Amino acid sequence: MSNPSNLKYTASHEWVKTEADGTITVGITQHAQELLGDMVFVEAPAAGRKLKAKEECAVVESVKAAADVYAPVSGTVTAANGELDSAPEAINSDPYGAWIFKMKPDNATDVAALLDAAAYQAVVDSEAH
Amino acid sequence: MTTLKQTPLNATHRAMGAKMVDFGGWDMPVNYGSQIDEHHQVRNDCGMFDVSHMRVVDMKGAGVRKFLRYLLANNVDKLTMPGKALYSAMLRPDGHVIDDLIVYFMTEEWFRIVVNAGTADKDIAWMKAQAAAHAPSLDIADHPELAMIAVQGPHAREKVWEALPGSQELSAGLVPFSAVEMGTMFIARTGYTGEDGFEIMLPAKAAPFFWKTLAEKGVKPIGLGARDTLRLEAGMNLYGQDMDETVGPLESGLGWTVDLKSERDFIGKAALLANPPGKKLVGLVLLDRGVLRGHQHVKTVHGDGEITSGSFSPTLEKSIALARVPNGVQVGDTVQVEIRDKLLNAKVVKYPFARNGKGLI
Repeated sequence: MSNPSNLKYTASHEWVKTEADGTITVGITQHAQELLGDMVFVEAPAAGRKLKAKEECAVVESVKAAADVYAPVSGTVTAANGELDSAPEAINSDPYGAWIFKMKPDNATDVAALLDAAAYQAVVDSEAH
Repeated sequence: MTTLKQTPLNATHRAMGAKMVDFGGWDMPVNYGSQIDEHHQVRNDCGMFDVSHMRVVDMKGAGVRKFLRYLLANNVDKLTMPGKALYSAMLRPDGHVIDDLIVYFMTEEWFRIVVNAGTADKDIAWMKAQAAAHAPSLDIADHPELAMIAVQGPHAREKVWEALPGSQELSAGLVPFSAVEMGTMFIARTGYTGEDGFEIMLPAKAAPFFWKTLAEKGVKPIGLGARDTLRLEAGMNLYGQDMDETVGPLESGLGWTVDLKSERDFIGKAALLANPPGKKLVGLVLLDRGVLRGHQHVKTVHGDGEITSGSFSPTLEKSIALARVPNGVQVGDTVQVEIRDKLLNAKVVKYPFARNGKGLI
């Protein structure tokens, strides 16, 4: 599965989708879910929580391991995906559909500065060596 | 970069799409697809594991039983029928655990031992040093040239019989925890999953063909990821996590394997009798949402403890763990586990958590 070109990415393996109202939706990439394996638990940040860029704000746990999810930019959490409480495996089956949280960025320009799909793929490729 | 050791099945795993990881210095398959699917495959049907990284050690010569009586914490005199196996800890003089192993009684002049991969070299050095002092005529030889394939699950034995002509006649009568030789192969009705099945030792050269034949009969390859959740559900200790050289067997849930009642002396016995432990191993089931993991801190009204092994149980669909806690903690108690910045509730249970296809909690 390739990384959708309409999304932005972080080197810590989050994907970021900009919505029409300027909020962003955040999940973890295909590469990240594949590394972690079968997801069994997701802890998302509560709405209203203020986050700084690169702050640990969510946890995804597979059978094998726990991994932190980082805020891609600074801003305020607007929603958490409660459906993942009972179906964390959606991250494995549909990583770019199973979002973890939404946030309102403090600055839209921070989002524009994130990695594009090609730059993110270069990060993934460099980790393989 | 250090070179990882490979089993004879390395290329076969890669060809079958395995995700390979560094497992204690060995390049091993952690899963081939979904680890949870692989787990259920073994509980409900059957699957095969490459466990060739484990080491076979043969002890031969007159007096081998007498030597093992002294070397091992469990009593080899329980082994009276040729082929019968015994699970035992091997202890230091201070009562701490060097390794856990399985010993097979073949003849009065031949016992076969299977030890863990990561501890094999130190185990063999220890065995040889003890033999030099107490049984110098014994021949102790390890067999890294032997591969080992575990086929486990309710349908495992019949699949092995299909894949290996002639094996049914020899192995159908094996009682659990016993083994028989078949030419250059060694078929043991043992395992590390809580399911029926065989562990088969065979020459490295023959392993890829046997593995492929099993695959053609419908046996699915299973990675070491599922092996860990299967053994944890089955309540089986993992050396290096649930016990090591810093603890003894009595505080590691292995009291049932230590014979302190007979007159027999063995290495570590005096230390165990002199120092009864204040802690014990219990099972935990997490009541809140989250996943229990090794080294998480456990808080109880009797004092603190620590999780030794924790994961998600695919059979129970809950998080489970083994934890070392103060003796006062009882089955049915609720304790707290520190996970990141939170204290989550867990119930103390009697383990195993699941065996023979069924949850037991």
